[in-house]
Formats: sequence, C-alpha cells, structure tokens
Amino acid sequence: MKIELTTPLNRETLSHLNAGDIVSISGTIFAARDAAHKKMIALLEEGKELPFDVRNQVVYYVGPCPEKPGQIIGSAGPTTSGRMDAYAPKLIEMGLLGMIGKGERSAAVKKSILDFGAVYFGCTGGAGALLSKSIVSQEIIAFEELGPEALRKLVVKDFPAIVVLDAHGKNLYEIGRNKFEKLK
Amino acid sequence: MRKINVVDIIETVRDMCIQANCCLNHDVTGAIITGITIEESDTGKEILSQLIENATIAENEMIPICQDTGMVICFIEIGQEVYVDGNLEEAINEGVRRGYEEGFLRKSVVSDPLLRCNTGDNTPAIIHYEIVSGDRLKISIAPKGFGSENMSALKMLKPSDGVDGVIVFVLETVSKAGPNPCPPIVVGVGIGGTMEKAALLAKKSLLRPLNETSNLPHIAELEKTLLVKINELGIGPGGLGGNITSLGVNVEVYPTHIAGLPVAVNLSCHVTRHMEVVL
Repeated sequence: MKIELTTPLNRETLSHLNAGDIVSISGTIFAARDAAHKKMIALLEEGKELPFDVRNQVVYYVGPCPEKPGQIIGSAGPTTSGRMDAYAPKLIEMGLLGMIGKGERSAAVKKSILDFGAVYFGCTGGAGALLSKSIVSQEIIAFEELGPEALRKLVVKDFPAIVVLDAHGKNLYEIGRNKFEKLK
Repeated sequence: MRKINVVDIIETVRDMCIQANCCLNHDVTGAIITGITIEESDTGKEILSQLIENATIAENEMIPICQDTGMVICFIEIGQEVYVDGNLEEAINEGVRRGYEEGFLRKSVVSDPLLRCNTGDNTPAIIHYEIVSGDRLKISIAPKGFGSENMSALKMLKPSDGVDGVIVFVLETVSKAGPNPCPPIVVGVGIGGTMEKAALLAKKSLLRPLNETSNLPHIAELEKTLLVKINELGIGPGGLGGNITSLGVNVEVYPTHIAGLPVAVNLSCHVTRHMEVVL
C-alpha cells in the first residue's frame, strides 16, 4: 500500500513510517547535490542564512539534465547520497526532515536521523526519465553558476519513493539484502 | 591513404553521444526483461519494471535514460592507412560538445579534480587510441556515469591467489558497492597486464554486449561463475534485496608478468552506454 506524504513534513507523520514503506511525495522539495551542499555549509560557517529554511523540508539529491523546449525538467533521478554525508548531519540538526537519494549513508547520518526523527527515502537510481514526470515545476533559487548542481526548488506530485532509513533506526538495504543473501 | 573528413567525425560523435544516452541497448533491455521473470523480490520486480518503463519514455522522447549522462569514454581504432584531414582529438571533443549541448545532456565534467570548475560542455572526453591495420576508423563511445564508476576498484593480486583470489576480489568489490552503483549492474573485469592495462581491460569489457561471452572457454566459465555468485549476494535491484544484482559479467584478459596478477573491477549501472560506428 502506498502512503501519501505532503511536504513540509512533520515528525509525527514520519514516526509512523517504517523501512520498506512505499510512499508518494507531493509538494515542494529542494534539489541539491555536492557543490550546493558545500556552498550551503560554507554560508553557515560564515554565519549567514541558507537560501531556504530547511525546517521540515525535504532535500532531493539530484543534478537534473537541462530541459528540452517544452519540458519542465530534464531527466532527474537520484545521485549517490553518501557524497552528501559530510553535510547532512548539520542540516538535519537544523530541522531538515527528509532526504531522497540512493545508496548507503554514514554512521553519522544514521545517528542524526535517529536523534532528530528524520527519514531517508530512496528512489530508483537510473530511472531519471520516469522520475522527471513527477516533477511539475522547477526554479533555481541559488548558486546558478553551478549549472546542473544549482540549488533548485521543485514541486513534485506523486513522486515515488521508498523508506530506506526510518526514524527508528531500521535500514531497508540491510533488511532486504539479508533476506535474499545466499552466501552466508 | 584513405581520407576521413573531420566534419564526419564530429557529426558521428555528436550523434553517438545523444543516441547512447537516450536509447537503452537491446542486450540490456533483454537482460532486464529476463531478470523480471527470475527476480524473487516483489520490490525488485517493480524496480526492474520501472527501468523498462523509464527506457521506453527515454527513447520515445529522446531524453536521457539517466540524468548522469556521464563522462565520455572514446575508444578509437585507427587504421594505418587512414588520413584525417584535421585534428582528430579536437574533432572528437567538438562532437562531444555538440552532442551534449544539442542533445540537452547534462554537463558533468570539471576542469580540475581539485579546483572543480564545470567545463560547461562535458569536454574533454577520455580518449584511448589504438593503431590497427587497414583504412577504417572505428569509434566506440561509452559515456560513463560516476555512481558506478566511484564503486570500482583495482588490486594487485599475487599469482598464488589465482582464480579464487579474483573471485573473492570481485565479490568484495560488488558487496562493498551495495546499493550505490544503481543495481542491477554490469560488472566489467580486467585481469592481467599491468595496473593501468587491467583498468583499461575492465573498462573495455563493458563495450561487449551482455549476450556475448568471452571466446576463451575458461574465461567464459569465470564470467558465469561470477554472475551466479554476485547474484547470491542478495543486493538486488535498487539494493533493496533480491537476486538480480547483476545483469552480466564481462571479463577481459591480457598477458602479464611472472610476478603479477592485476585485477580491475569496473562497475557500471544498468544503462552501460556503448555503441560503435565504423567510418
């Protein structure tokens, strides 16, 4: 069964999610990957404000393709989340509640997720053309000079994802793999 | 000497970059469809189906299969009797530039690995040249995404490690990669030569279609063994658990030194873009 989620999120809703739950996300989310994260953390270190208030928001780790004429956005699937591990705990501490990406997270990120009741969602890596169909608008809100890595505000409708790390410390990658591993 | 016009090279490379990024190769489509019937996990089946749906959308709309349209790897086989009427390297890069701009592909290359400024046109390509006999120019293009490239590895084994050592290292690499390289993956393995030769063999092995095995019986056997063992790791589609972790394993070998057994594992996501044109 699919669980409908609307952004901004809240901890109460997230506390009911379990690793493996299939969700459908609608609302505003923010697209950022390596370089945008680096710049955001640099802003914080200089004592400046972030380009958007991360409280209760969702960051999608994506660097989309340029859109063709008439298209809203080019292909836009998830990038490897682990590269954002150095930056994610700070944002979670500031109130970020959701991350969408693919791949394992570090122990530090897992701890932050547990400590602050956040959730890490996965979506299908390599399905960028399909996933772009769930994005109904995009707007660059900062770091335009980064091109594909610019910080974007996206509005999504029924964006398909799955709970990978839930707020209680369960990890779908571990659970799934253990179930099917035959070389024990 | 046979003359080849740089304009033809530019146009060919341009078209190949777009085609390779938007149209999933049929060997891969076939392997995924077969995978759906074998996969035991329902989530795994769903992800494989999404990849087929994704490929259909990409091809119909000529948009990239994945937003990571890669860094372009180009293998050139140039006949000794070919004369190119201009700068071959500049022509290849011009083809990449046009392909990525006109095909609305993502520009993912930074000019310096430490300073990290985007070159804005996805150049330069990584070009490997080979001089062969004849009067033809063969261009193979393999734009490579980095989700999977980052999970690749190389190890200098001891000759005493033998084939078992190779298997252990390949399994370790795939296991450690887990969900990161976007499974189902294609696994390219290079064995022998020197450090850089093994890496190149691994990369080149990814050009071989999934429905073709090695011509060497013991290597074809190794490919089969590795595929079974990798799929027993349980990583599955999307890394969410399942028995289709890999769609295929391609192994290439080369003579090596009496003291060495270099092994390189180049992981590739399902897209495994590759195509070739002979001019």
